[in-house]
Amino acid sequence: MGKFSKKKDSGTPAISTASLPDIVFMLLFFFMVATVMRENGERKVAVSMPSADQVKKIEKKGLVSYIYVGTPIKKYQAKFGKEPRIQLDDAFANVADVGPFVLKERAAKREEEKPLMITAIKADADVGMGIITDIKEELRKVNALKVNYSAKKGEVTSNFKK
Amino acid sequence: MAKRKLQEINAGSMADIAFLLLIFFLVTTTMESNYGIRRKLPPPEDKNAPPPPVIKKKNVLEIVINGQDKMLIEEEPADVKDVKKIAIEFITNNGKDPKSSDNPQKAVIMIKHTRETSYKMYISVYNELIAAYNEIRNRYAKQKYGKPFDKLTKDEQKVVQDAYPQKIAESTPKR
Repeated sequence: MGKFSKKKDSGTPAISTASLPDIVFMLLFFFMVATVMRENGERKVAVSMPSADQVKKIEKKGLVSYIYVGTPIKKYQAKFGKEPRIQLDDAFANVADVGPFVLKERAAKREEEKPLMITAIKADADVGMGIITDIKEELRKVNALKVNYSAKKGEVTSNFKK
Repeated sequence: MAKRKLQEINAGSMADIAFLLLIFFLVTTTMESNYGIRRKLPPPEDKNAPPPPVIKKKNVLEIVINGQDKMLIEEEPADVKDVKKIAIEFITNNGKDPKSSDNPQKAVIMIKHTRETSYKMYISVYNELIAAYNEIRNRYAKQKYGKPFDKLTKDEQKVVQDAYPQKIAESTPKR
């Protein structure tokens, strides 16, 4: 056993790394909490949101249904063209699908949470208002009246810089 | 030999495992910026509802945006950065200018846009209008309570909101 208990006692001891796991765990937990897994579905449309400075933060992320509007990314352009399209969950959708999508999201929530639900429209800065208006009409039909136009924090003038 | 305690499990690799997980979460985190302009849509149209009350033309600030993102406010060409000033003047007119609004309660801002108007233009104009309301409310809150709007209690906020209600109407563009 002497082979294992041989110990050199020379110089200063190495810095203890025993607390390293603790530090790393701390970071780990932070990122675990901050990660929203639900949102990590494949984004099929390119969305670069406009800037606005009167924005408010959405507090209850769990009660938000997202509607993405933008031009399909390169991979899908051959199939879906370059016109702005709607993405719901992970798939391309038509305007007519917005209502059923919101109703489906609503059905999954508890009764007391239903009035608090918000629909966030994440649209690309350059899409036309036509498609947005159609979505709004659909939302009105299913009584999902709380909407949130997603925007970056920033000056509005930056929207018009080339 | 017998006196020696059980050797501790080496925890040195714990850090490596934790690092591995950490990197995984780092990569998957998107840090979604969940900011946006909040808005309530009008309820679905009711065929039995009484016709809307007629609003005097002078109480409506008409903002028209065409398909090329050019804007007319009350038939005068305007730029996005002018919107806030014009809106504030319109809302706080209180009958001073006979062509502008009677009082803030009656003042309605009407946005008309086409299907070709870009989303960024719409959001920008909207943002400026909200900025105008926020500024007026803040001013009123400071004057009345000596505090900015955000610092007021719920009841006080209600008073300020009722004094300057946000009335922004939108017309639906035809197909």
